[in-house]
Amino acid sequence: MLSCKQETKHLTSVQGAQLGVDSTLVEVDSIKEFVAPFKNRVDAILDSTLCYAPKSLLLNDGQRNTSMGNFLADLIYEETNPLVEKKIGKSLDFVVMNKGGIRSVLSKGEVTARNAYEIMPFENYISVVELNGTQVRKLVLFLANSKRAHAISGLEIVLDTSGGLESVNIQGKPFDENQNYHVATSDYLVSGGSDIGFFPEFESLTDTEYLLRNAIIDHFKRKDTLTAQVDKRFIQLQ
Amino acid sequence: MKRRDFIKNTAATSSFLTLGGLGMHSCNGVGKKQITILHTNDVHSHIEPFPKSHSSWANLGGVARRADLVANIRAENPNTLLFDAGDIFQGTPFFNFYGGELEFKLMSMLQYDAATIGNHDFDNGIDGLLAQVPHAQFDLISANYDFSNTVMEPHVKPYKLYMVDGIKVGVYGIGIRLDGLVLKKLYKETVYKDPYEIALDTERSLYEEEQCDLIVCLSHLGYDYRSPEMPSDTRLAQRTKYTHLIIGGHTHTFLEKPEIRTNALGNQVLINQVGCYGINLGRIDFYFESGEMASQGWSITV
Repeated sequence: MLSCKQETKHLTSVQGAQLGVDSTLVEVDSIKEFVAPFKNRVDAILDSTLCYAPKSLLLNDGQRNTSMGNFLADLIYEETNPLVEKKIGKSLDFVVMNKGGIRSVLSKGEVTARNAYEIMPFENYISVVELNGTQVRKLVLFLANSKRAHAISGLEIVLDTSGGLESVNIQGKPFDENQNYHVATSDYLVSGGSDIGFFPEFESLTDTEYLLRNAIIDHFKRKDTLTAQVDKRFIQLQ
Repeated sequence: MKRRDFIKNTAATSSFLTLGGLGMHSCNGVGKKQITILHTNDVHSHIEPFPKSHSSWANLGGVARRADLVANIRAENPNTLLFDAGDIFQGTPFFNFYGGELEFKLMSMLQYDAATIGNHDFDNGIDGLLAQVPHAQFDLISANYDFSNTVMEPHVKPYKLYMVDGIKVGVYGIGIRLDGLVLKKLYKETVYKDPYEIALDTERSLYEEEQCDLIVCLSHLGYDYRSPEMPSDTRLAQRTKYTHLIIGGHTHTFLEKPEIRTNALGNQVLINQVGCYGINLGRIDFYFESGEMASQGWSITV
């Protein structure tokens, strides 16, 4: 049966098309039934109410800082600091998170774990970098020169009318260039290196093994009501 | 019960396919042969259709609907292969909860033949990818990722051969540069090799040594980039000699129709990419005839 002579075959013509996967197709029952238990479990966990937001937290309600950015940076500080103190015996000095890494606003109303997945869909972990004074100065200048309102906590930057540095405070005290500081951020920003611009150089790195999304969910669980405002942590004098 | 029906149904299709490969057709010189290639890319864990309220993709996509479309096409032509060009993982909580188990199991139920590996398929680390391998009843292929010093070594082949209705189809995989895109702690000792060099080597051995009638590349390089330093499907197409079709991914490019480029020998090569999230399914039909080859090569209708 297999010994028949091989005929030569030639490709003569080709046809191509894109087919839409839309509601004209009939969902195959066996697939739907297979997915159902997985989906039910995901929905049950993601859609149970964890806390409440009386006002929407937004990413465009301020020039240099936003309610959503402040909310996220502050919660990273709050949830991560105890962990860091335990791990390296030092307190966090401040938090920096890129605006592009905050993938969603938080709409007012009941808050669920699904919101945390919308805000942070990626598997990014919180890292702590130790920066020397020069490296902190470079980071502050990078933030000042950025067109986007990156999120910060524990750090206050005031720019003069022409965009130069007027004052920089860390934990309420003037920035001391002779001191090292510990900064919590996303591991994505650390590993991105010079391409991303935030942390081209640092003195040391501590992995917290704490998923950013889990920090958000833990925060939702600990709080009853979520609030955050645009404030004066990062402003430019008019 | 219906689930069983579906499995039975697709199993029947598969045995018919094997029969076709060994049986009457391959000895029968006359008549046209048709090989249908179906493909997805960058599905990113989108298992359910988008909600009706969605701003961009209202009520589109969904694996259960894709299963219907694929089954209809297989019923029409059993000589069908189904491929994915990577980034199967990451994008919905299904991935965060189950690590890709559901994605691989569903692709197996749809009887995917092979997939290549996208950058997001490393999102739970190379160990996270390995953990899902038992759920994949399809081939993982990549020619330019060298997994020699990793746990994935036994599970990824540079290319696979499929004998379909007497037509020998060779399919190879090409992946994107990982450095800067994926954390090193995730991809570990995976070595990215020059995609052009490896693609040309692989297609040559598929053509010369394996004597394939049809050569397909599953690429996660991305369709096209302004920067000439970034390897892309359009640039790869121009360098190849023997590849008939490049199935692309990564850039989420919704090509209106498959694109035609001229390869290094002056022949036509097809590139297709169907956006992302399972919104579309690509379909390319190849027709073969016995006897002398037409002097003008092959014609493409898109």
